[in-house]
Amino acid sequence: MMKPNPPRWAMRFLHLFCPAYLVEEMEGDLEELFEQRVSRIGIRKARLRYVRDVLSLVRPSLRKQKPLEHPSPFLFRPAMLFNYFKIAFRTLLKNKVYSVINIAGLATGMAVAMLIGLWIWDEVSFDTYHPNRERLAYVMATQTYNGETGTYNSIVVPLEKELRTLYRADFKRLSMLWTSTNILAVGEKKIAQPGIWAQPDFPEMLTLKMLKGSREAFKDPSSVLLSESVATSLFGDADPINQVVKVDNKTNMKIVGVYQDLPPNTTFRDVRFVLPWHNTANWWNTQDKDWRNHGCNLLVQVSDRVDMSQLSAKIKDIVLPHIKEIEYTSLNPMARWHLYSNFRTGQVDGGRIQFVWLFGIIGVFVLLLACINFMNLSTARSEKRAKEVGIRKAVGSMHSQLIGQFLSESIVVAFVSLAFTLLLVLASLSFFNRLADKAIDIPWTHPVFWLLTISFTLFTGFISGSYPAFYLSSFKPIKVLKGVMRAGRFASLPRKVMVVIQFTVSITLIIGTIIVYRQIQYAKNRPVGYSREGLITIAMNTPELNSHYNELRAALIESGAAAEMTESNSPPTQIWSNNSGFSWKGKDPTTDPLFGTIAVTHDFGKTVGWKIVAGRDFSRDFATDSSAFILNEAAVKLAGFADPVGKVMRWNGRDHVVTGVVKDMVMDSPFQPTVPTIFLVDYGWLNMIIVRTNPALSVRDALDKMEPVFKKFNPGSPFEYKFSDDEYARKFSDEERIGNLATFFAVFAIFISCLGLFGLASFVAEQRTKEIGVRKVLGASVFNVWGLLSRDFVVLVIISCLIAVPFAWYFMNSWLKQYDYRSDIAWWIFAASGLGALLITLLTVSYQAIRAALVNPVKSLRTE
Amino acid sequence: MKGTYLGEFEEVVLLSVAIRSGDAYGAAVTTEIEQQMGRSVNLGAVHSALHRLEEKGLLTSKVGGVTQERGGRRKRLYSVTLAGRRALEEIRQLRNQMWDSIPNTAWS
Repeated sequence: MMKPNPPRWAMRFLHLFCPAYLVEEMEGDLEELFEQRVSRIGIRKARLRYVRDVLSLVRPSLRKQKPLEHPSPFLFRPAMLFNYFKIAFRTLLKNKVYSVINIAGLATGMAVAMLIGLWIWDEVSFDTYHPNRERLAYVMATQTYNGETGTYNSIVVPLEKELRTLYRADFKRLSMLWTSTNILAVGEKKIAQPGIWAQPDFPEMLTLKMLKGSREAFKDPSSVLLSESVATSLFGDADPINQVVKVDNKTNMKIVGVYQDLPPNTTFRDVRFVLPWHNTANWWNTQDKDWRNHGCNLLVQVSDRVDMSQLSAKIKDIVLPHIKEIEYTSLNPMARWHLYSNFRTGQVDGGRIQFVWLFGIIGVFVLLLACINFMNLSTARSEKRAKEVGIRKAVGSMHSQLIGQFLSESIVVAFVSLAFTLLLVLASLSFFNRLADKAIDIPWTHPVFWLLTISFTLFTGFISGSYPAFYLSSFKPIKVLKGVMRAGRFASLPRKVMVVIQFTVSITLIIGTIIVYRQIQYAKNRPVGYSREGLITIAMNTPELNSHYNELRAALIESGAAAEMTESNSPPTQIWSNNSGFSWKGKDPTTDPLFGTIAVTHDFGKTVGWKIVAGRDFSRDFATDSSAFILNEAAVKLAGFADPVGKVMRWNGRDHVVTGVVKDMVMDSPFQPTVPTIFLVDYGWLNMIIVRTNPALSVRDALDKMEPVFKKFNPGSPFEYKFSDDEYARKFSDEERIGNLATFFAVFAIFISCLGLFGLASFVAEQRTKEIGVRKVLGASVFNVWGLLSRDFVVLVIISCLIAVPFAWYFMNSWLKQYDYRSDIAWWIFAASGLGALLITLLTVSYQAIRAALVNPVKSLRTE
Repeated sequence: MKGTYLGEFEEVVLLSVAIRSGDAYGAAVTTEIEQQMGRSVNLGAVHSALHRLEEKGLLTSKVGGVTQERGGRRKRLYSVTLAGRRALEEIRQLRNQMWDSIPNTAWS
């Protein structure tokens, strides 16, 4: 008789759902019961019971995993940790090349990230030196001229009294401010330094830290506060309190206090002394009835309980009864001065905060590049370490222990890199400070710094170690040890993607750098309309210089130092004065355009070397020239004159005849269209002496000859001058800084990417040693092998180019849009960047490729 | 250690293991219960109870050797621990105590 069988499908069902370690036991039980039941209740019922039993066995309480036979070891036992680190160091020492590449890459990446972090910290903490920062604000005026709405902190003087009387409860303190460079003299010692005219509340508002004297003593209208640096240079170690200092060679003032110099990351960092507003020497103090003369600033401290934005809305219309041009006034809190300084149509529109974001993103990317290197090299070497993983697992390592081991390895690398990072940052900080125009220090003693640095290092170690840790530790030991571990077709895909990311970032940075530099060069090459070489300016800050124009000019020319001399109300590289209220025949009566207005002497044109395109220069031969105008081309265009010479313009109740037109001169921003400018002769409105040095002499010699002349005419002040070409060059400093920083980052990004590539290439070469040997035996040339090894990388870089180009185009196009005078984005920039990246790649890879190709095949085939 | 409260079925399983002392495994316990109580039980229920009792520490188990029976499949043999025996005794004592407390007049 055939032995009765239980239903086979039920048995299969059991295998499917029952944990493996229980199946044997269950099957045995089931079969035993089945046999008993067959004899007792018959085959049909026995089968039915069998099925019921199987179903009853598939229950959650019986699906639990097998409990471990040994209690799981505590992961972070000291002995285990010690072992992790020991293994980590051994692995590092065993693979010196990889370790060096890893550590160098990670250290540079972290150094860049740390520098950027310090920079961002410095930017964000701007002005936090002042405890009242949150309560301080500038009063801003918004006005529209020539169709452009601007918001400025230039304020008319009477506004201060208005706010004081009408909104007494809303403002705790107010102070008018006017920054100027003044000469301070004590006995024979004279220095010219930037200072500020301010009202008595000012020291209290900024909470100046007094080293000597007190803030309250500044109430007196003939008292002055000195910074520590000025006090030291004037008095040395002697006590300056109650000493008298002579300001601008005419007013004596008493020193009532010395304060700590303001740190570099404050708005008022250049203020070296505080002068009393209510002193007759302060010209602005005489303007307290004039509602038209904008020029000084009004700093306010809002009362403790008043909401700044509500108050800002409340004072909106305060100037309306007095001035029509100003649309409204508002408050701009100090906390926003530095990072949100741009205004567009009366609204805050970014500013340096954009750079904080930009550099922050770049920093993260550079660090990411370094982490990617680490991951790439670790996974590339995974096949080598697979055996190790297999054996560890076979011996009883748990998944979590392997993860612990790999993570500790990467964290060790991260901390070794941190040591190098600190050295690198320390070495490059002064260079970086110069580049970024900062005075950043490493805050060694700051606990937050260490907290951030260490958590950031742990984080970096974790990120860069996570992929290898989880990937390697998931290998199946049997497969690995049997040697059937075949990296699939797509195993290298993540690695390739990461190389592509690295090069996309690098190429984008290269393109950005080129475009920034081209824009700077483009603006530098802009024809300026006058010649800056040998042009120097001297500020007229003492009464002696204001008279004696002709004598001074004659003496300078006679000394042989100067070819020509003139005076004007602005230096040639700036336009200090803009005015409206001009009218002329044919003017649209609904508009009131704004012109730059430059008061000059007759010799201005000859000195700066402007080019007359129509009419004639100012001349002493025509007495009428004292009321003549010379327009630049932009002004002619704005006024709409077809034939400007001889036209009459009315201004301030007088008629002025246009005698000439000059070619546009770039006096303001070289990135903006030329400001429509009117030149007029006015000997009572002069601030600057402009001298063209004798071209036959070196500038040094000319200055030496000039000094005694100035000493003679202006004995009360030191001979201080500025070179116009330096001043002009400073207009590019912001852009050049961006360019330099972008270069800095691009160089590091490329360096890190190349390190990674170098590592990968050496790995690939090593892995394919046998293949190369066989190929060479079969007749492949060195060039063939080189092509074989380089091809893969070249393809990756080309893909990166294709991704980077649209990205870079998009970003740089929107960057360039902020400049009216801008260069185009030429196609060759992209081609050059791509070729450059390709070239660098080939150079990096070739070393390894050629080395591999030159190996004697006998040697490479004999390995093992 | 989990609470030593015993459910009715657990008590029965535990007793069966004690009865089949030395040869108590899934199928044996099942047959024992079916014979003693005259009702059919599911093998799954028995195994689940055995596991639970082992977790509570009232039973221990070891895997027996390979024999000719059941196609050479090994059995997991259970035995009652000291704690298991105490638990059974406690239940019995409690029952006895309660029986003793019933007054004679209760059944009349």
